[in-house]
Amino acid sequence: MGELWHLPLDLVSWVLLLGGCFFCVVGGLGLIRLPDFYSRMHAAGMTDTLGAGLLLVALAFQATHWMEIVKLFFILGFLVFTSPTAAHALARAAFTHGLKPKLAEPPPDVALAAEQTDTIAETVSCEGGVSSAS
Amino acid sequence: MKYALTIFLILVSVWLLGSGVYTTQMITLGLLSCLAVTLLCVRLKVVDSEAQPVQLGLRPLAYLPWLFREIALANWDLARRLLSPTMAIRPQLIRVRASQKSDVAQVLYANSITLTPGTVTLELEEGELLVHALTDEAADQLRGGEMDRRVRAVEGSA
Repeated sequence: MGELWHLPLDLVSWVLLLGGCFFCVVGGLGLIRLPDFYSRMHAAGMTDTLGAGLLLVALAFQATHWMEIVKLFFILGFLVFTSPTAAHALARAAFTHGLKPKLAEPPPDVALAAEQTDTIAETVSCEGGVSSAS
Repeated sequence: MKYALTIFLILVSVWLLGSGVYTTQMITLGLLSCLAVTLLCVRLKVVDSEAQPVQLGLRPLAYLPWLFREIALANWDLARRLLSPTMAIRPQLIRVRASQKSDVAQVLYANSITLTPGTVTLELEEGELLVHALTDEAADQLRGGEMDRRVRAVEGSA
C-alpha cells in the first residue's frame, strides 16, 4: 500500500526540487548580472522566496514522518518573516549611509533628488538595459 | 494578560509539534519551559498586540495564498528578465502610500513588498513607503494598490 505512493510523490518532489534549483541558480546569475547593490537585492530575494520555498516543499514530499513536514514548514515560516526583514535592514542601512542606487528614472521628489545628485549621471549606464519585455 | 496567554499557547503548540516525545515527564518539562519563557517575555515587556498580533485573528491566513501567488508570478517575471540577453530593467525609486492604521499592518505591507522580487522597501515613514523597484511593471503594480488594499483587509478596517 505504502509502496504505491512512492512514485507519484517522488515525481512531485523532483519537479519541485528542480524548480527550486532553477530559481536559486537564476538568482545567483542575477547577483552577477544586475548593475548595483539595490537591484542585486531583488535577485537575492528570488532565492529566498521561490528558491528556498520550492526546495523545502519538495523535501516535505520526501518525509517519512509527519514531524519532518512540520519542521520543514517551521523553517519556511521563519524564512517568510526573517528574510524580508533582513533584506530591508540591509537596503536601509545602505540607503541611509548614502549609497546611491543607479536609477533609470530620476527620484520621485526634490528632497531625494538633492540627496542623490549624481543619479542623473548614473542614468545613462542603466539605459542599455531598457527595452520592452519579450 | 490576554497576550501572555496567547504567547504561552503558541509556545506550547510549537513545542508539542516539535518534540515528538509524548511522555508525562517530557510534557511536564515542556510546559514548565513554556511557562518560564512566558514569564521572561512578560518581564521583558515584549508581550503586546505587536509581538502577538492575535487581534488579526485568522485573516492573515486568507492573505497568504494571494501573497504567495504574487511572489511566484514576480519570481517568474524576474527570472525571465534575468535570463534574457537584453535584461529589460528600469531601476527606480517610488513613493507608495501605506494606508493601514496599525504599525503591525504597515510592517506586514512593507515586508510583503520586500518579499516580492522586483520591489524592496527602503524606508517606512508616516504611512509612506520608499520603494526600490526594478521594473516599470513592478512599480505600476505597486502603485495600483491591490496589495495595500489586501493588507488593509487583513487589518480588518477595509
